Amino acid sequence: MAILTPGFRGRDRTGAVALPPGQYLTRDFPVLSAGPTPRIPLDRWEFTVTTETGEARGWSWTELMSLPAEEQTVDIHCVTKWSKLGTTWRGVSLDTLLGDLDTAADYALASSYGGYTTNLPFEDLLDGKAWIAYEFDGDELAAEHGGPARLLVPHLYFWKSAKWVRGIQLLLEDEPGFWENLGYHNYGDPWREQRYEGD
Amino acid sequence: MTEAAGELRAPGRRALGWQVATLVESLPETPTASTLVLDVPGWQGHLAGQHLDVRLTAEDGYSAQRSYSIASAPDATRLAITVQAVRDGEVSPYLLEDFSLGAAIELRGPVGRWFVWRPGEPAPVLLVAGGSGIVPLMAMIRTRRATGSRVPFRLLYSVRSPDDLIYADELVRRPLLDGVDVTVAFTRSAPETDRRGAGRLTAADLVAGGWPPDLAPRVYVCGPSGFVETMADLLVAMGHAAGEIRTERFGPTS
Repeated sequence: MAILTPGFRGRDRTGAVALPPGQYLTRDFPVLSAGPTPRIPLDRWEFTVTTETGEARGWSWTELMSLPAEEQTVDIHCVTKWSKLGTTWRGVSLDTLLGDLDTAADYALASSYGGYTTNLPFEDLLDGKAWIAYEFDGDELAAEHGGPARLLVPHLYFWKSAKWVRGIQLLLEDEPGFWENLGYHNYGDPWREQRYEGD
Repeated sequence: MTEAAGELRAPGRRALGWQVATLVESLPETPTASTLVLDVPGWQGHLAGQHLDVRLTAEDGYSAQRSYSIASAPDATRLAITVQAVRDGEVSPYLLEDFSLGAAIELRGPVGRWFVWRPGEPAPVLLVAGGSGIVPLMAMIRTRRATGSRVPFRLLYSVRSPDDLIYADELVRRPLLDGVDVTVAFTRSAPETDRRGAGRLTAADLVAGGWPPDLAPRVYVCGPSGFVETMADLLVAMGHAAGEIRTERFGPTS
Protein backbone atom coordinates (compact mmCIF):
# COMPACT_ATOMS: atom_id res chain seq x y z
CA MET A 1 0.00 0.00 0.00
CA ALA A 2 1.62 3.21 -1.15
CA ILE A 3 1.78 6.20 1.15
CA LEU A 4 0.73 9.49 -0.42
CA THR A 5 3.28 12.17 -1.22
CA PRO A 6 1.71 15.48 -0.18
CA GLY A 7 2.00 18.10 -2.91
CA PHE A 8 3.00 15.63 -5.64
CA ARG A 9 0.72 15.83 -8.64
CA GLY A 10 2.79 14.25 -11.38
CA ARG A 11 2.45 14.75 -15.10
CA ASP A 12 -0.72 15.66 -16.93
CA ARG A 13 -2.34 12.28 -17.49
CA THR A 14 -5.21 13.16 -19.79
CA GLY A 15 -5.13 10.89 -22.80
CA ALA A 16 -2.16 8.96 -21.46
CA VAL A 17 -1.61 5.44 -22.78
CA ALA A 18 -1.49 2.53 -20.39
CA LEU A 19 2.07 1.64 -19.47
CA PRO A 20 3.32 -1.19 -17.28
CA PRO A 21 3.40 -0.21 -13.60
CA GLY A 22 6.18 2.18 -12.60
CA GLN A 23 7.15 2.98 -16.21
CA TYR A 24 7.24 6.39 -17.89
CA LEU A 25 7.21 7.31 -21.53
CA THR A 26 10.33 8.43 -23.36
CA ARG A 27 10.86 9.50 -26.96
CA ASP A 28 14.63 9.06 -26.73
CA PHE A 29 16.28 5.71 -26.99
CA PRO A 30 18.43 5.48 -23.86
CA VAL A 31 21.22 2.93 -23.63
CA LEU A 32 21.85 0.49 -20.81
CA SER A 33 24.87 -1.75 -20.81
CA ALA A 34 27.38 -3.04 -18.31
CA GLY A 35 30.63 -2.37 -20.17
CA PRO A 36 32.24 -1.15 -23.37
CA THR A 37 30.43 -1.68 -26.66
CA PRO A 38 31.86 -4.62 -28.62
CA ARG A 39 32.42 -4.00 -32.35
CA ILE A 40 31.88 -7.11 -34.46
CA PRO A 41 32.86 -7.11 -38.15
CA LEU A 42 30.12 -8.70 -40.24
CA ASP A 43 32.51 -11.13 -41.94
CA ARG A 44 33.34 -12.57 -38.51
CA TRP A 45 29.83 -12.47 -37.14
CA GLU A 46 28.22 -15.81 -36.40
CA PHE A 47 25.08 -16.92 -34.61
CA THR A 48 24.95 -20.41 -33.12
CA VAL A 49 22.15 -22.40 -31.55
CA THR A 50 23.14 -25.36 -29.37
CA THR A 51 20.71 -27.94 -28.04
CA GLU A 52 20.93 -29.83 -24.76
CA THR A 53 22.53 -32.76 -26.59
CA GLY A 54 25.28 -30.56 -27.98
CA GLU A 55 23.88 -30.45 -31.50
CA ALA A 56 24.80 -27.08 -32.97
CA ARG A 57 23.52 -25.06 -35.87
CA GLY A 58 25.15 -21.85 -37.05
CA TRP A 59 24.50 -18.95 -39.40
CA SER A 60 26.92 -16.48 -40.93
CA TRP A 61 25.76 -12.91 -41.54
CA THR A 62 25.14 -13.70 -45.22
CA GLU A 63 23.11 -16.77 -44.26
CA LEU A 64 21.05 -14.77 -41.77
CA MET A 65 20.34 -12.14 -44.43
CA SER A 66 19.10 -14.82 -46.80
CA LEU A 67 16.37 -15.91 -44.38
CA PRO A 68 12.87 -14.45 -44.56
CA ALA A 69 12.71 -11.26 -42.50
CA GLU A 70 9.77 -9.76 -40.65
CA GLU A 71 9.02 -6.19 -39.67
CA GLN A 72 7.55 -5.70 -36.22
CA THR A 73 6.30 -2.58 -34.49
CA VAL A 74 6.42 -3.11 -30.75
CA ASP A 75 6.56 -1.29 -27.42
CA ILE A 76 9.69 -1.75 -25.35
CA HIS A 77 10.08 -1.45 -21.59
CA CYS A 78 13.41 -1.01 -19.80
CA VAL A 79 13.81 -2.02 -16.16
CA THR A 80 15.33 1.44 -15.55
CA LYS A 81 11.72 2.62 -16.04
CA TRP A 82 11.54 4.12 -19.49
CA SER A 83 9.11 2.74 -22.04
CA LYS A 84 9.23 3.54 -25.72
CA LEU A 85 6.19 2.92 -27.86
CA GLY A 86 5.88 1.95 -31.49
CA THR A 87 9.48 0.99 -32.23
CA THR A 88 9.95 -0.72 -35.59
CA TRP A 89 12.40 -3.55 -36.04
CA ARG A 90 13.36 -5.85 -38.87
CA GLY A 91 14.83 -9.26 -38.31
CA VAL A 92 14.41 -13.01 -38.44
CA SER A 93 11.84 -14.72 -36.27
CA LEU A 94 13.27 -17.27 -33.85
CA ASP A 95 10.54 -19.61 -35.10
CA THR A 96 12.49 -19.66 -38.36
CA LEU A 97 15.78 -20.39 -36.57
CA LEU A 98 14.57 -22.75 -33.83
CA GLY A 99 11.26 -24.07 -35.09
CA ASP A 100 12.27 -27.50 -36.36
CA LEU A 101 14.97 -28.29 -33.79
CA ASP A 102 14.84 -31.65 -32.09
CA THR A 103 14.94 -30.65 -28.45
CA ALA A 104 13.32 -31.35 -25.11
CA ALA A 105 14.65 -28.12 -23.59
CA ASP A 106 12.46 -25.88 -21.47
CA TYR A 107 15.02 -23.11 -21.00
CA ALA A 108 17.29 -20.94 -23.07
CA LEU A 109 20.41 -18.93 -22.32
CA ALA A 110 21.29 -16.22 -24.83
CA SER A 111 24.91 -15.11 -24.97
CA SER A 112 26.53 -12.10 -26.55
CA TYR A 113 29.79 -10.85 -27.97
CA GLY A 114 31.42 -9.17 -24.96
CA GLY A 115 30.30 -11.88 -22.52
CA TYR A 116 26.76 -10.82 -21.61
CA THR A 117 24.16 -13.54 -20.98
CA THR A 118 20.44 -13.63 -20.22
CA ASN A 119 18.04 -16.51 -19.62
CA LEU A 120 14.46 -17.08 -20.72
CA PRO A 121 12.01 -19.95 -20.88
CA PHE A 122 12.32 -21.57 -24.31
CA GLU A 123 8.63 -21.01 -25.01
CA ASP A 124 9.13 -17.24 -24.70
CA LEU A 125 11.30 -17.40 -27.82
CA LEU A 126 8.70 -19.16 -29.98
CA ASP A 127 5.31 -18.47 -31.55
CA GLY A 128 6.06 -15.02 -32.93
CA LYS A 129 7.40 -13.56 -29.69
CA ALA A 130 11.11 -13.16 -30.45
CA TRP A 131 13.45 -12.15 -33.26
CA ILE A 132 17.09 -11.68 -34.15
CA ALA A 133 16.79 -8.02 -35.11
CA TYR A 134 19.25 -6.13 -37.29
CA GLU A 135 17.35 -2.99 -38.30
CA PHE A 136 15.78 -0.34 -36.10
CA ASP A 137 13.42 2.29 -37.53
CA GLY A 138 14.61 1.52 -41.04
CA ASP A 139 18.35 1.81 -40.36
CA GLU A 140 20.92 -0.81 -39.59
CA LEU A 141 21.11 -1.37 -35.86
CA ALA A 142 23.79 0.83 -34.27
CA ALA A 143 26.47 -0.88 -32.20
CA GLU A 144 25.47 0.94 -29.02
CA HIS A 145 21.95 -0.45 -29.40
CA GLY A 146 23.21 -3.98 -29.95
CA GLY A 147 24.20 -4.09 -33.60
CA PRO A 148 24.94 -5.80 -35.82
CA ALA A 149 22.15 -7.95 -34.36
CA ARG A 150 20.36 -8.28 -31.06
CA LEU A 151 17.73 -10.51 -29.59
CA LEU A 152 14.31 -8.82 -29.51
CA VAL A 153 11.84 -10.17 -26.95
CA PRO A 154 9.60 -7.15 -26.39
CA HIS A 155 7.14 -8.77 -23.98
CA LEU A 156 9.87 -8.94 -21.32
CA TYR A 157 11.99 -6.14 -19.82
CA PHE A 158 14.50 -5.06 -22.38
CA TRP A 159 17.57 -6.54 -20.68
CA LYS A 160 16.26 -9.89 -21.94
CA SER A 161 16.69 -8.60 -25.51
CA ALA A 162 20.41 -9.33 -25.49
CA LYS A 163 22.52 -6.90 -27.51
CA TRP A 164 25.34 -8.21 -29.73
CA VAL A 165 23.77 -11.67 -29.59
CA ARG A 166 26.01 -14.51 -30.74
CA GLY A 167 24.18 -17.60 -29.65
CA ILE A 168 21.40 -19.37 -27.81
CA GLN A 169 21.92 -22.46 -25.72
CA LEU A 170 18.89 -24.65 -25.12
CA LEU A 171 18.89 -26.21 -21.66
CA LEU A 172 16.96 -28.72 -19.61
CA GLU A 173 17.52 -26.66 -16.48
CA ASP A 174 17.28 -22.93 -16.02
CA GLU A 175 20.57 -21.06 -15.77
CA PRO A 176 20.42 -17.43 -14.60
CA GLY A 177 22.17 -14.93 -16.86
CA PHE A 178 24.19 -11.80 -16.11
CA TRP A 179 21.65 -9.45 -14.53
CA GLU A 180 19.62 -12.39 -13.23
CA ASN A 181 22.66 -13.27 -11.10
CA LEU A 182 23.06 -9.70 -9.89
CA GLY A 183 19.73 -8.98 -8.26
CA TYR A 184 17.32 -8.69 -11.19
CA HIS A 185 14.24 -10.84 -11.68
CA ASN A 186 14.61 -14.22 -13.32
CA TYR A 187 11.68 -13.76 -15.72
CA GLY A 188 11.13 -9.99 -16.02
CA ASP A 189 7.50 -9.44 -17.03
CA PRO A 190 6.99 -5.64 -17.09
CA TRP A 191 3.21 -5.92 -16.67
CA ARG A 192 3.78 -7.74 -13.37
CA GLU A 193 6.61 -5.35 -12.49
CA GLN A 194 9.13 -8.15 -12.07
CA ARG A 195 12.17 -5.88 -11.82
CA TYR A 196 14.21 -7.39 -9.02
CA GLU A 197 14.58 -10.82 -7.49
CA GLY A 198 11.65 -11.56 -5.23
CA ASP A 199 9.25 -9.21 -7.10
CA MET B 1 31.48 -11.27 -16.64
CA THR B 2 29.55 -13.34 -14.15
CA GLU B 3 32.48 -13.43 -11.77
CA ALA B 4 31.76 -14.38 -8.18
CA ALA B 5 28.09 -14.79 -8.95
CA GLY B 6 27.66 -17.12 -5.99
CA GLU B 7 29.16 -14.63 -3.57
CA LEU B 8 27.11 -11.82 -5.03
CA ARG B 9 23.80 -13.58 -4.80
CA ALA B 10 21.75 -12.40 -1.87
CA PRO B 11 20.69 -15.08 0.57
CA GLY B 12 17.21 -16.13 -0.43
CA ARG B 13 15.15 -14.03 -2.77
CA ARG B 14 13.37 -11.73 -0.42
CA ALA B 15 11.48 -9.03 -2.24
CA LEU B 16 12.82 -5.50 -1.98
CA GLY B 17 9.90 -3.87 -0.23
CA TRP B 18 9.03 -0.19 -0.25
CA GLN B 19 10.31 1.67 2.80
CA VAL B 20 9.46 5.08 4.17
CA ALA B 21 12.28 7.63 4.02
CA THR B 22 12.19 10.95 5.85
CA LEU B 23 14.13 13.98 4.67
CA VAL B 24 16.53 15.11 7.38
CA GLU B 25 18.79 17.46 5.41
CA SER B 26 18.94 19.10 2.03
CA LEU B 27 22.33 20.36 0.84
CA PRO B 28 22.61 22.44 -2.33
CA GLU B 29 25.52 21.18 -4.43
CA THR B 30 25.12 23.35 -7.55
CA PRO B 31 22.42 25.74 -8.78
CA THR B 32 20.58 22.69 -10.18
CA ALA B 33 21.48 19.79 -7.89
CA SER B 34 21.04 19.00 -4.22
CA THR B 35 21.99 16.20 -1.92
CA LEU B 36 19.08 14.81 0.08
CA VAL B 37 19.94 13.07 3.34
CA LEU B 38 17.26 10.54 4.19
CA ASP B 39 16.51 8.65 7.35
CA VAL B 40 15.39 5.12 6.50
CA PRO B 41 14.69 2.99 9.58
CA GLY B 42 15.55 -0.63 8.87
CA TRP B 43 17.75 0.14 5.85
CA GLN B 44 19.60 -3.09 5.09
CA GLY B 45 22.80 -1.31 4.04
CA HIS B 46 24.28 -1.10 0.57
CA LEU B 47 27.41 -1.46 -1.51
CA ALA B 48 29.19 1.55 -2.96
CA GLY B 49 27.77 2.20 -6.42
CA GLN B 50 24.29 0.76 -5.91
CA HIS B 51 21.10 2.67 -6.60
CA LEU B 52 17.59 2.79 -5.24
CA ASP B 53 14.13 3.47 -6.61
CA VAL B 54 12.06 6.40 -5.38
CA ARG B 55 8.26 6.32 -5.61
CA LEU B 56 6.00 9.34 -5.33
CA THR B 57 2.23 8.88 -5.14
CA ALA B 58 -0.36 11.55 -5.93
CA GLU B 59 -3.73 11.87 -4.20
CA ASP B 60 -5.55 10.07 -7.01
CA GLY B 61 -3.24 7.07 -6.66
CA TYR B 62 -1.03 7.90 -9.65
CA SER B 63 2.57 7.13 -8.86
CA ALA B 64 5.91 7.79 -10.50
CA GLN B 65 9.17 5.96 -9.94
CA ARG B 66 12.75 6.94 -10.74
CA SER B 67 16.15 5.46 -9.91
CA TYR B 68 18.83 7.42 -8.05
CA SER B 69 22.37 6.40 -7.25
CA ILE B 70 23.27 6.35 -3.58
CA ALA B 71 25.93 8.97 -2.79
CA SER B 72 26.84 7.97 0.75
CA ALA B 73 28.96 5.24 2.30
CA PRO B 74 26.91 2.52 4.01
CA ASP B 75 25.39 3.58 7.33
CA ALA B 76 22.83 2.01 9.64
CA THR B 77 19.82 4.22 8.97
CA ARG B 78 20.90 7.18 6.86
CA LEU B 79 21.68 7.51 3.22
CA ALA B 80 22.13 10.32 0.75
CA ILE B 81 21.11 10.71 -2.87
CA THR B 82 22.04 13.64 -5.10
CA VAL B 83 19.30 14.83 -7.41
CA GLN B 84 20.00 16.77 -10.60
CA ALA B 85 17.14 18.88 -11.92
CA VAL B 86 15.84 17.58 -15.23
CA ARG B 87 14.07 20.02 -17.53
CA ASP B 88 10.37 19.15 -17.83
CA GLY B 89 10.98 16.44 -15.27
CA GLU B 90 8.34 14.87 -13.11
CA VAL B 91 10.13 13.55 -10.03
CA SER B 92 13.25 15.73 -9.79
CA PRO B 93 11.30 19.03 -9.52
CA TYR B 94 9.30 17.60 -6.63
CA LEU B 95 12.40 16.34 -4.82
CA LEU B 96 14.29 19.62 -5.32
CA GLU B 97 11.52 22.17 -4.78
CA ASP B 98 8.60 20.67 -2.85
CA PHE B 99 10.08 17.95 -0.66
CA SER B 100 10.49 19.53 2.79
CA LEU B 101 12.38 18.58 5.92
CA GLY B 102 10.50 15.96 7.91
CA ALA B 103 8.36 14.92 4.94
CA ALA B 104 8.41 11.33 3.69
CA ILE B 105 8.73 9.55 0.38
CA GLU B 106 8.96 5.84 -0.44
CA LEU B 107 12.03 4.05 -1.68
CA ARG B 108 13.28 0.54 -2.20
CA GLY B 109 16.71 -0.87 -2.67
CA PRO B 110 19.59 -1.24 -2.79
CA VAL B 111 19.63 -2.40 -6.40
CA GLY B 112 22.35 -3.75 -8.67
CA ARG B 113 25.46 -5.75 -7.86
CA TRP B 114 27.56 -5.03 -10.92
CA PHE B 115 28.49 -1.35 -10.77
CA VAL B 116 29.82 -1.74 -7.22
CA TRP B 117 33.17 -1.46 -5.48
CA ARG B 118 34.00 -3.58 -2.44
CA PRO B 119 36.72 -2.39 -0.06
CA GLY B 120 38.35 -5.85 -0.10
CA GLU B 121 39.15 -5.69 -3.80
CA PRO B 122 42.89 -5.02 -4.21
CA ALA B 123 43.10 -3.59 -7.77
CA PRO B 124 43.76 0.13 -8.15
CA VAL B 125 40.62 1.98 -9.11
CA LEU B 126 40.00 4.50 -11.87
CA LEU B 127 36.79 6.49 -11.67
CA VAL B 128 35.61 8.45 -14.72
CA ALA B 129 32.62 10.72 -14.13
CA GLY B 130 30.61 12.90 -16.47
CA GLY B 131 28.38 15.46 -14.75
CA SER B 132 26.07 13.92 -12.18
CA GLY B 133 27.65 10.57 -13.01
CA ILE B 134 29.92 11.46 -10.10
CA VAL B 135 27.27 10.30 -7.60
CA PRO B 136 27.86 6.52 -7.41
CA LEU B 137 31.62 7.12 -7.78
CA MET B 138 31.49 9.45 -4.76
CA ALA B 139 29.91 6.62 -2.79
CA MET B 140 33.00 4.55 -3.69
CA ILE B 141 35.38 7.33 -2.57
CA ARG B 142 33.46 7.78 0.68
CA THR B 143 33.35 4.03 1.31
CA ARG B 144 37.10 3.85 0.73
CA ARG B 145 37.60 6.54 3.36
CA ALA B 146 35.06 5.11 5.81
CA THR B 147 36.67 1.68 5.74
CA GLY B 148 40.27 2.95 5.92
CA SER B 149 41.08 1.28 2.60
CA ARG B 150 44.51 2.04 1.11
CA VAL B 151 43.59 1.02 -2.41
CA PRO B 152 44.84 3.81 -4.69
CA PHE B 153 42.05 5.70 -6.45
CA ARG B 154 42.15 8.14 -9.32
CA LEU B 155 39.19 10.22 -10.37
CA LEU B 156 38.67 12.02 -13.67
CA TYR B 157 35.64 14.26 -13.37
CA SER B 158 34.22 16.07 -16.38
CA VAL B 159 31.87 19.01 -15.82
CA ARG B 160 30.82 21.96 -17.94
CA SER B 161 31.94 24.74 -15.62
CA PRO B 162 33.00 25.35 -12.01
CA ASP B 163 29.33 26.02 -11.14
CA ASP B 164 28.47 22.46 -12.12
CA LEU B 165 30.91 20.80 -9.72
CA ILE B 166 29.04 18.49 -7.38
CA TYR B 167 30.82 17.72 -4.07
CA ALA B 168 33.21 20.60 -4.80
CA ASP B 169 34.14 21.03 -1.12
CA GLU B 170 34.96 17.39 -0.61
CA LEU B 171 36.78 16.83 -3.90
CA VAL B 172 38.47 20.13 -4.64
CA ARG B 173 38.27 22.88 -2.06
CA ARG B 174 38.99 20.98 1.12
CA PRO B 175 39.95 17.52 0.02
CA LEU B 176 40.46 14.89 2.69
CA LEU B 177 41.35 12.39 0.08
CA ASP B 178 44.65 10.80 1.00
CA GLY B 179 45.30 8.30 -1.76
CA VAL B 180 42.70 9.68 -4.15
CA ASP B 181 44.06 11.74 -7.06
CA VAL B 182 41.45 14.05 -8.51
CA THR B 183 41.55 15.61 -11.98
CA VAL B 184 38.70 17.91 -12.92
CA ALA B 185 38.15 18.58 -16.61
CA PHE B 186 36.02 21.62 -17.40
CA THR B 187 34.46 21.18 -20.81
CA ARG B 188 33.05 24.66 -21.50
CA SER B 189 34.59 27.16 -19.11
CA ALA B 190 37.54 26.60 -16.83
CA PRO B 191 38.76 28.85 -14.02
CA GLU B 192 41.70 31.07 -15.04
CA THR B 193 43.95 29.15 -12.68
CA ASP B 194 43.21 25.85 -14.43
CA ARG B 195 46.28 24.92 -16.46
CA ARG B 196 44.41 22.32 -18.49
CA GLY B 197 41.97 24.82 -19.97
CA ALA B 198 38.44 24.05 -21.17
CA GLY B 199 37.78 21.00 -23.30
CA ARG B 200 36.41 17.51 -23.28
CA LEU B 201 38.25 14.62 -21.68
CA THR B 202 40.72 13.11 -24.12
CA ALA B 203 42.97 10.08 -24.35
CA ALA B 204 45.80 12.33 -23.08
CA ASP B 205 43.75 13.10 -19.94
CA LEU B 206 43.17 9.39 -19.39
CA VAL B 207 46.91 8.78 -19.66
CA ALA B 208 47.86 11.68 -17.38
CA GLY B 209 45.18 11.23 -14.74
CA GLY B 210 44.39 7.53 -15.00
CA TRP B 211 46.31 4.28 -14.57
CA PRO B 212 48.34 2.47 -17.20
CA PRO B 213 46.68 -0.78 -18.35
CA ASP B 214 49.70 -2.73 -17.00
CA LEU B 215 48.47 -2.08 -13.47
CA ALA B 216 45.22 -3.88 -14.33
CA PRO B 217 42.98 -1.32 -12.65
CA ARG B 218 39.26 -1.73 -12.19
CA VAL B 219 37.57 1.10 -14.07
CA TYR B 220 34.16 2.60 -13.37
CA VAL B 221 32.66 5.01 -15.89
CA CYS B 222 29.40 6.82 -15.18
CA GLY B 223 27.70 9.67 -16.98
CA PRO B 224 25.49 10.51 -19.93
CA SER B 225 25.35 7.79 -22.56
CA GLY B 226 27.52 9.53 -25.16
CA PHE B 227 30.17 10.34 -22.56
CA VAL B 228 30.30 6.74 -21.34
CA GLU B 229 30.45 5.40 -24.88
CA THR B 230 33.38 7.69 -25.75
CA MET B 231 35.31 7.04 -22.54
CA ALA B 232 34.84 3.26 -22.68
CA ASP B 233 36.03 3.20 -26.30
CA LEU B 234 39.12 5.29 -25.41
CA LEU B 235 39.93 3.03 -22.46
CA VAL B 236 39.65 -0.11 -24.60
CA ALA B 237 41.85 1.50 -27.27
CA MET B 238 44.46 2.29 -24.57
CA GLY B 239 44.63 -1.40 -23.74
CA HIS B 240 42.41 -1.69 -20.68
CA ALA B 241 40.66 -5.04 -20.44
CA ALA B 242 37.03 -4.67 -21.55
CA GLY B 243 35.97 -6.98 -18.71
CA GLU B 244 37.45 -4.59 -16.13
CA ILE B 245 35.57 -1.55 -17.43
CA ARG B 246 32.21 -1.26 -15.72
CA THR B 247 29.80 1.31 -17.04
CA GLU B 248 26.63 2.96 -15.92
CA ARG B 249 24.83 5.32 -18.22
CA PHE B 250 21.92 7.57 -17.78
CA GLY B 251 19.85 8.92 -20.56
CA PRO B 252 17.65 11.88 -19.79
CA THR B 253 15.79 10.66 -16.72
CA SER B 254 13.04 12.98 -15.74
